[in-house]
Amino acid sequence: MDSDDEFMSDVSSQDDFLGTQGSDDESLGEDFDDLDAGFSDDKDLIKHKKKPYEVEYKVLDPHDIDHEQLGQVNEVCAILGLPPESVAILLRYERWNKEKLIESYMEQPEETLEKAGLGSNFEGTAKTEIVPGFMCDICCEDGDDLETYAMRCGHRYCVDCYRHYLGQKIKEEGEASRIKCPGVGCNRIVDSKSLDLLVTKDLQGRYRELLTRTYVDDKENLKWCPAPNCQYAIDCGVKNRDLRRIVPTVRCVCKHEFCFGCSLSDHQPAPCTLVKMWLQKCEDDSETANWISANTKECTKCNSTIEKNGGCNHMTCRKCKYEFCWMCMGLWSEHGTSWYNCNRYEEKSGADARSAQAKSRSSLERYLHYYNRYANHEQSAKLDKDLYLKTEKKMTSLQSQSGLSWIEVQFLDTASHALQQCRQTLKWTYAFAFYLARNNLTEIFEDNQKDLEMAVESLSEMFEKPVAELAGLKVDILDKTAYCNKRRVILLSDTAENLKNGEWSFNIEW
Amino acid sequence: MGSIKRISKELTELTQSPPEGITVELVDESNVYEWRVIMDGPEGSPFHDGKFLVKLSLPTEYPFKPPTVSFATKIYHPNVTNDDKGSMCLGMLRADEWKPSSKIAAVLQFARQLLAEPMPDDAVEGRIAEQYKNDRMRYEEIAREWTRKHAC
Repeated sequence: MDSDDEFMSDVSSQDDFLGTQGSDDESLGEDFDDLDAGFSDDKDLIKHKKKPYEVEYKVLDPHDIDHEQLGQVNEVCAILGLPPESVAILLRYERWNKEKLIESYMEQPEETLEKAGLGSNFEGTAKTEIVPGFMCDICCEDGDDLETYAMRCGHRYCVDCYRHYLGQKIKEEGEASRIKCPGVGCNRIVDSKSLDLLVTKDLQGRYRELLTRTYVDDKENLKWCPAPNCQYAIDCGVKNRDLRRIVPTVRCVCKHEFCFGCSLSDHQPAPCTLVKMWLQKCEDDSETANWISANTKECTKCNSTIEKNGGCNHMTCRKCKYEFCWMCMGLWSEHGTSWYNCNRYEEKSGADARSAQAKSRSSLERYLHYYNRYANHEQSAKLDKDLYLKTEKKMTSLQSQSGLSWIEVQFLDTASHALQQCRQTLKWTYAFAFYLARNNLTEIFEDNQKDLEMAVESLSEMFEKPVAELAGLKVDILDKTAYCNKRRVILLSDTAENLKNGEWSFNIEW
Repeated sequence: MGSIKRISKELTELTQSPPEGITVELVDESNVYEWRVIMDGPEGSPFHDGKFLVKLSLPTEYPFKPPTVSFATKIYHPNVTNDDKGSMCLGMLRADEWKPSSKIAAVLQFARQLLAEPMPDDAVEGRIAEQYKNDRMRYEEIAREWTRKHAC
């Protein structure tokens, strides 16, 4: 992983968010050319002009991933002139860094092979043998018809034991790329050819699955789609160090939209780090924040939160022993004998305390302002899911009531999808705004946010109209849907541009 | 699987030509999976002259799964837990390190070697390891005392 420092010093790197599809198939030099071209606006060759908040990516199915692995193995095979099953082991050892592997192999072939768990002997083919006078060192069986196997390291065991050993590693330990020869102290890695020769078809399948898993885990440009039971992976060139300046939302074939950077659900326009901070804050604060705000005050001396659970206004902080009046928050000693009726509104200590109090309250209120709106959109987005199911029913009943065709009622589906997407975006605009320092940009941002929010709410309202009225509203709904989508694009584009150019100023360090 | 055959063979080898300072027998003649091992404290170590009872259990999947080794005799050692289990943590006995061709003889020899040369960096008793590294005299003194008390 690249360090942040590197990012900071590398100013020109701000343009390489884009990444290139399958950039691994190209050499490093070509990579850079492609990356540079990525953000230039006058690249009209691209038919579908990419929006500033969009990143390039490719969805890979398990077959594609296998194919990709195979392609790289073959490429390195051709260069190094080694058998493919050995090259696969070498590549896995170097975490699929071809350049590094080739370099280290060219410099120190023996050491590289040894470290990766390969010998330098590539003679012979993988086959089982019957060896006269052989006794298996594992089960101690002998017999003239005992089938045996040894990899190139020469440690020979009966096929039954070998098979049992491999089965246990794959099934019970979930191991694939680092299965070693069963011989004591032998570090030779079992290669796929040997494995295929020895184990059953379904174990071979499991073995490949495990290998594919480590392949995706090993590569920075690949990530599994986090949706349950989804078997696709995403190939995207956005690096960890880019995440300060881009929010790489990707959409899997299974329709799940998620962030390539952190694998959470789409959280544009807020960057990953802020999202993480926000979620943490919500977890810590929001449950209790409301109650605290309503029922407590802070000690003006040590800021401990105090709940008043009795009648007397004479408070003594349990923590710092500070004595004060609950009403005016002033020093109790300045009260004289006016025990229950606080009439000291203009005294200095009280005024200071109240302003400190007000400050801390207002920071809580500020948080709650954003949190409530965030939570509201989250809640509405959940309702949108129900809405989506209802939409389908609405569409069917609309078809029968109005005599519209299936294709003519699709506008409801489109509208419902737009609503969900816009709410998701709105939700995260509030988390983002919480961390923004106030300036002109923030005002533009809030205007955009307001426009989108108003559009979404009015679409939402139309959408909930009785079925009978929906057909008549078709044009309005279509217009509003288009408008919502447009507002969303504007908001996201504007935010993404500013993020990319480092224009935002934040009220925290991140 | 041929696990009984393998175990019997190892047992025979170990009883016929036992490694230095190690004698083995079955706890119960009808069960080849539970072994009783008497380990002599290696010369030059604070355990010298002590006889330690070590229990060795083989899983039914042996030799594909590693045996477990524990000290029944109390011993003051960084790599043996100072409780009634007397568990010993050996790298070669970890499931992912274990090889089915590893032999019990090697395990026991390794364990005995560990008595002579503790591995404080892989300790299960951090306090004893600390003492072994910083105050060898005191460590040996206590280890000798425990040996006299529990293992003679």
